[in-house]
Amino acid sequence: MRRNAPALVAVAVAALFFALLPFGLSDYHRGLAASVAVYLIAILGLNVLTGYTGQISIGHGAFMAIGGYTTAIMSHYHNTNLILTLPLAFVITFGCGVLVGLPALRLSGVYLALATFALAVSIPQLPLKFSKFTGGSAGISASKSVSNSWLYGVSWSTAAIAFLFTWLVLRGRTGRAFRAIRDSEVAATSSGVTLAIYKTLAFGVSAALAGVAGSLFVLATNGFAQPNEFSVTLSLKILVGAAVAGLGSLWGVLLGAAFIALLPTLSASAPLIGSAHGQDVVFGLFVIVVMILLPTGVAGLIPRLRRLRVKA
Amino acid sequence: MALLSLQNATLRFGGIVALDDVSLAVEPGTIAGLIGPNGAGKTTAFNVITRLYRLESGDVTFDGRSILRTPPSRIVRLGIARTFQNVELFPTMTVLENVLVGAHTTSLFEREANVRRSALETLDLVGIGNVAHLPAAGLPFGTMKRVEMARALVSKPRLLLLDEPAGGLNHEEVEELALFLRRLRDELKLSVLLVEHHMNLVMRVSDHVHVLNFGRTIASGPPAEVQRDPKVIEAYLGGELEGAA
Repeated sequence: MRRNAPALVAVAVAALFFALLPFGLSDYHRGLAASVAVYLIAILGLNVLTGYTGQISIGHGAFMAIGGYTTAIMSHYHNTNLILTLPLAFVITFGCGVLVGLPALRLSGVYLALATFALAVSIPQLPLKFSKFTGGSAGISASKSVSNSWLYGVSWSTAAIAFLFTWLVLRGRTGRAFRAIRDSEVAATSSGVTLAIYKTLAFGVSAALAGVAGSLFVLATNGFAQPNEFSVTLSLKILVGAAVAGLGSLWGVLLGAAFIALLPTLSASAPLIGSAHGQDVVFGLFVIVVMILLPTGVAGLIPRLRRLRVKA
Repeated sequence: MALLSLQNATLRFGGIVALDDVSLAVEPGTIAGLIGPNGAGKTTAFNVITRLYRLESGDVTFDGRSILRTPPSRIVRLGIARTFQNVELFPTMTVLENVLVGAHTTSLFEREANVRRSALETLDLVGIGNVAHLPAAGLPFGTMKRVEMARALVSKPRLLLLDEPAGGLNHEEVEELALFLRRLRDELKLSVLLVEHHMNLVMRVSDHVHVLNFGRTIASGPPAEVQRDPKVIEAYLGGELEGAA
């Protein structure tokens, strides 16, 4: 247990920090901080699939859309308690993830990436097809909107639960089977790991986390679910966040999430470039710089520092 | 009754006959050597037994039952574990984690602490307990082979398939390996099917030797007998001369 002590201290400090943080923030900044938690959950999800199991997805925006619409529709038509829609989104997107994971068993690498990309493009268009029920391009809104303080509390509590859940899934036998598949499918099979079961399980868990993130994402936009909020850009953003965080480790997720949630806002009025495209340019530049300096993400820093300390 | 047997096993890749009507058996509690020049079909036989390849005709039985309908990931549950010729470790995981994956089938309802203890014991058994927490990538080749051996052993197999365990080992390490293989047979009551190019090792530890050439059985019997077989001598000498030319 002593081996885990630094990790436990880090988690405790982070929990305390995020519990006290809202008291020092303005209402606007509370909303912004909540969005960090939302992205954190989505990045956790993508990390399970791409980081731990080695299955690339650039379609997690699609699962976020399914989760987001679950929340909006349940609240709009059935006046369901908003918090109750989160576990519901978890279950529904878990099922969707497994359904996508089954055909994905036959694909890997670039081909799997392309197939998930197709999901990211097509799923958010579905609400347009059933516009009577889903509100079409105008979107559909939850029956009530929430304050930024509510959003902050719920998002960060959910993020904490999601982090604990992911850690529990990954720490033992299941997590080892995931990583074994990523490292060598032949050796994993010979060791008794059934590829089909663990690959679809990873897809399910990953999608479920993205779905919950999608629910909160909708609540963060005044409870409005709209097709173009879940564009391909969102999927790519999650992938960038996961890469910045570091694939195959959980310790960088917070910084990865902060990167994609805060950088566009911070750079909204970049000097010289102008406000229209400023944030895109700055975001792109930062991604390039971070990837050059930290090719294995923030989480990759930890073993690097450890090696430095050994040398010194 | 034989623990494992191949009966008239035949497999082709395109025009090449990888296994041509091969029948061989491993008796319980014995070490069976499987030898032959490169491309003779030895590793193919392993891949057939572990269900990575599908036979065209013939049968493979373990404990008297055909395993041709058993999915590859269930083979280890039957009690057959293997190592790989070119080492197939999980490079990003530690040595201990590699062995823990090997315990996948035995650890479903087991406490993590017990699984770890048994993995560490297995690492001690193969003599590399001191590297348990190092990453598997970057270890010396001989150590990686031992990690694979531990990963196979931790599943508590009845039959161990070893694909060139002496490959890349120095003289001293080969001696250790010979002792270790005998220990597996005599103390742990394991049966071993051993693919190996190191003739001296095979002839010393095997109870029975099976010789393949171009996918076909050319000799099968006790080591002393096989060593004198003119067909075996020709296959090896011929192969070597060709290789030198």
